[in-house]
Amino acid sequence: MVHARRGSIGRYYDVNGWLFVAPVLGLIGLFMIYPIFWSLWMSFQSGRGMMMKFVGFGNIVRLWNDPVFIKALTNTMTYFVVQVPIMILLALILASILNNPRLFGRGLFRTAIFLPCVTSLVAYSVLFKGMFATDGVVNSTLQAIGIVSSPIPWLTHPFWAKALVIIAITWRWTGYNMIFYLAALQNIDRSIYEVARIDGVPAWARFTHITIPLLKPVILFTTVISTIGTVQLFDEVYNLTEGRGGPSNATLTLSLYIYNLTFRFMPNFGYAATVSYVIVVLVALLAFFQFFAARERDK
Amino acid sequence: MTNGIGRAAGALLTYSFLGLMAFLSVFPFFWMVLGATNSSIDIIKGRVLPGAALATNVGTFFAQVNAPLVFWNSAKIAILSTVLTLTVSSLAGYGFEIFRSRHRERLYRAMLLTLMIPFAALMIPLFIMMGQAGLINTHIAVVLPTIGSAFVVFYFRQCTKAFPSELRDAAKVDGLKEWQIFLFIYVPVMRSTYAAAFIIVFMTAWNNYLWPLIVLQSNETKTITLVISSLASAYYPDYGVVMVGTVLATLPTLAVFFFMQRQFVQGMLGSVK
Repeated sequence: MVHARRGSIGRYYDVNGWLFVAPVLGLIGLFMIYPIFWSLWMSFQSGRGMMMKFVGFGNIVRLWNDPVFIKALTNTMTYFVVQVPIMILLALILASILNNPRLFGRGLFRTAIFLPCVTSLVAYSVLFKGMFATDGVVNSTLQAIGIVSSPIPWLTHPFWAKALVIIAITWRWTGYNMIFYLAALQNIDRSIYEVARIDGVPAWARFTHITIPLLKPVILFTTVISTIGTVQLFDEVYNLTEGRGGPSNATLTLSLYIYNLTFRFMPNFGYAATVSYVIVVLVALLAFFQFFAARERDK
Repeated sequence: MTNGIGRAAGALLTYSFLGLMAFLSVFPFFWMVLGATNSSIDIIKGRVLPGAALATNVGTFFAQVNAPLVFWNSAKIAILSTVLTLTVSSLAGYGFEIFRSRHRERLYRAMLLTLMIPFAALMIPLFIMMGQAGLINTHIAVVLPTIGSAFVVFYFRQCTKAFPSELRDAAKVDGLKEWQIFLFIYVPVMRSTYAAAFIIVFMTAWNNYLWPLIVLQSNETKTITLVISSLASAYYPDYGVVMVGTVLATLPTLAVFFFMQRQFVQGMLGSVK
């Protein structure tokens, strides 16, 4: 009898299932799937504004001869390679310290370190721009303590401008990553740590041999999220450098270059779409590589 | 005894490190509030004491910026975007979890792949689409592409796993239709899920920058985020005024964070538990 009714229940389930999910699928289809294929199509065309003609792989050839693109790509990769590991490690260390229930003022520390997450990317970029001004609070403090003798040219020197971007992103996102690790650490039985401690395993070894292996899925997740975010970096650089990515393109990112190609210079949608596909490929490759690396280490 | 000294040194090191990190995390907020009371020159010169320029800064801010309109624009976009996102995402999260089928499961996995699509690769086609629809410089154009979010659907689906199936069965015995079960049973039961999602989606919309920057082109439509950005990128920015703007723009999210910290963190974590 159950068998005979299965057909009708299946159909009933299907109709209702589709009705519930249809609105979101429609919206994602119209505002994500359709545009992502459209920009792929655009990347094979070139021209000003809407006057475009088919150029095949012409845009890709142009990429390799475009020093500004190469600069934006190198900068973006630098941010990713330097910033993501620093932030993840810092967040892991903070989380494992704050996971200790006997720690005095634990909630207060956790709230304080998480606080940067409530600011908008624009607001904190603007704040950092003021704090890192030549005679600003950061330089005058560093000089007062005697770490540097003359002000660091944070906004005008290519190296220091990049460093500033990295410092800023780390400030904004470390607490965000930390709460993922804190949440995951709560699922780890504390007795593992107690046993290791009694057996005389030092704190650093407990961190590298217990915490990191057990948190691996979360670390992978946050690394992928941070990678996707860093490769798309825009708001911070735009607001720290008045939209120019300066000094002399030293902080320019791929997203900012696309924005400039489309909305600041004479618009070339085709070429800008090609640059945007570099980000698509980068995100896919990096995510794939990270999943692969995590799986390899599992064996 | 050496052990005791070692432990004391370790504790000192731990607390100094935590203290430094906490200080560095909080200092910019403190500096932002101080900045609102100082003149632009003092801010750039790194003054970290309260100043006497608060009234001047606030006055200049309200003279330069049509603040009520700008905040109304931000609030309108954020609320509209949040309500619509929560509606369609909770419907979908419920649909995917309760009515399982092989085809939908495949579509669900395909949908999660869209999490990897960078916005930079969408903005040009979206801009042309909005242009063709005559929606450039409207708030509808800002809201529309933000509603369909795979992440929020994922969040609702994960949370729906905790929705007791007995409730659904009982409601069916009582003769409720599927949409009634969703509206009168699921929504009230899942209110803490909605609260957490509301906070995060609202904050994302309130702080959204790149897409509004592209679409909103006149002063009448701009949001507070855009206004702060343009005040700060002036050739000689008046930092006191900029600080007043950032304080006002950050206050709402800061207040939500302190009053609803649990839901805030839950929403940030999404469904990674």
